[in-house]
Amino acid sequence: MNHFTEEELIAYRNGETTQREAIAAHLTACSACRAELERIEAVLHALDNLPVPERGADYGRAVWQQIAPRLPEKAGRGWRVWFAPRHLLAFGSVAAMVALAFVAGRLVGPKNPGTPPVPVADASQVRERVLVVAVGDHLGKSEMVLMELANAAPQHPGQKEINISAEQKRAEDLLDANRLYRETAKQGGDAALASVLDDLERVLTDVAHSPDEITPARLATLQKRIEAHGILFKVRVVGKELQDKQRANSEPTKTESDAKERNKA
Amino acid sequence: MTRMNESIGSVQDREAVPSAARDSDAIAVERTLAGERDAFRILVERHSAQLFRLAYRMTGNEQDAEEVVQEAFLRAYRNLGQFGSRANFGTWAYRIAANYAIDRMRQQKKEDTRRKTPSAHEEELEQDPLDLVADERPNPDRLAVNSELRSKMQEALKNLSYSERTAFVMRHWEGCAIEEIAAVLKSTTTAAKNTVFRSVQKLRRALEPYVGVRGGLQPQAKAAGAATDSLGTES
Repeated sequence: MNHFTEEELIAYRNGETTQREAIAAHLTACSACRAELERIEAVLHALDNLPVPERGADYGRAVWQQIAPRLPEKAGRGWRVWFAPRHLLAFGSVAAMVALAFVAGRLVGPKNPGTPPVPVADASQVRERVLVVAVGDHLGKSEMVLMELANAAPQHPGQKEINISAEQKRAEDLLDANRLYRETAKQGGDAALASVLDDLERVLTDVAHSPDEITPARLATLQKRIEAHGILFKVRVVGKELQDKQRANSEPTKTESDAKERNKA
Repeated sequence: MTRMNESIGSVQDREAVPSAARDSDAIAVERTLAGERDAFRILVERHSAQLFRLAYRMTGNEQDAEEVVQEAFLRAYRNLGQFGSRANFGTWAYRIAANYAIDRMRQQKKEDTRRKTPSAHEEELEQDPLDLVADERPNPDRLAVNSELRSKMQEALKNLSYSERTAFVMRHWEGCAIEEIAAVLKSTTTAAKNTVFRSVQKLRRALEPYVGVRGGLQPQAKAAGAATDSLGTES
């Protein structure tokens, strides 16, 4: 009878072998291999009994107290994160909008050297306008998600789970853009907008990481969180402000086109 | 007296992490990234014990294990943005701790080597660690058997290479998948599997003379140490 090697028996014991059934069958018939496996098992069993010093229930807290003073102010985001596909998509969207704004500017800009100079927005103004449009749109979409969640309720008293997969998916899609806009607002010195986006991000994160179907209790917790942050109100106010700004920004464009019309005439 | 436990497999602990805990890990990660430093506290409090168990088994020393746990969390915090799958923070932190424990053991080995005289070091290198263990088989009449077995086990673990010890701890005690071990060892899965095998083989050679079938003591050793304490209790 051909016996199995030590390596094969250890692999069998660790569940790493492809010939599991063959070894099992062999073991029932072969006392030598069975004894060999028992010896391996005995050593591993003895090692199982090697104790680990116990740490009390407060150990986690103690570790936190040790490391908290050594933590940097902000958790590192690492440069690689910006190259993740989802971030690239968000970057791409913003870049495309900026490019579009640039091309549109070239197409509708003054071509006739004889025409009087028309005030043209500089690059930072264009960027700001793009951001205003993009964030306004983003807040509008976020408001819809929050509204739907705030108004969600079990359809009948006995309902155990409520499906929020649509809102969850939308929140997930909004998260990356939200991070990007928040960072942009922060870098641009718009602390108020950054703060609202920060609050919104927390709620969106909660929603995005919820399961597809949640219990009424979990839904109530989510709704409370939306309510506690006053996030829906803030999103509406900032969204409205951005709309006004957008309208104000479009005024010069109107004046520009009026001027062109006048020039044509 | 230090109280000891006999937590055998954290495998089950890690795999049976309820989805609610994973969800709240993910939320804590997001909040930490959003600038809420205190959210990281939840992660530290939740995963410290598991990381300590791994670190202790890898380093064999409480103080080193404590430092591995702290450094693992500091590294995790600093690199949180690079952490892709946010639902498995525990596994990610676990891998950081394992890697740091290996680095630390290597560093200590280098320092120890530097302190020793070259001739003593060469002598040590020439001698197979397994031979050392075999030659030091104690006279059962002289030693308290259980504590002796425990120290033999610790010694046998120390005599494994870093890779072997890591592979053994992760596979046998922590129940990690071969792929996970390969990732920590930065090797192929086949190489990781071989390392696991080598570690078990070496431990077996070192400990079999002291262990009876079913993991108890050899009858001869038992008779000699009948009056001594039992396994898992502090001597």
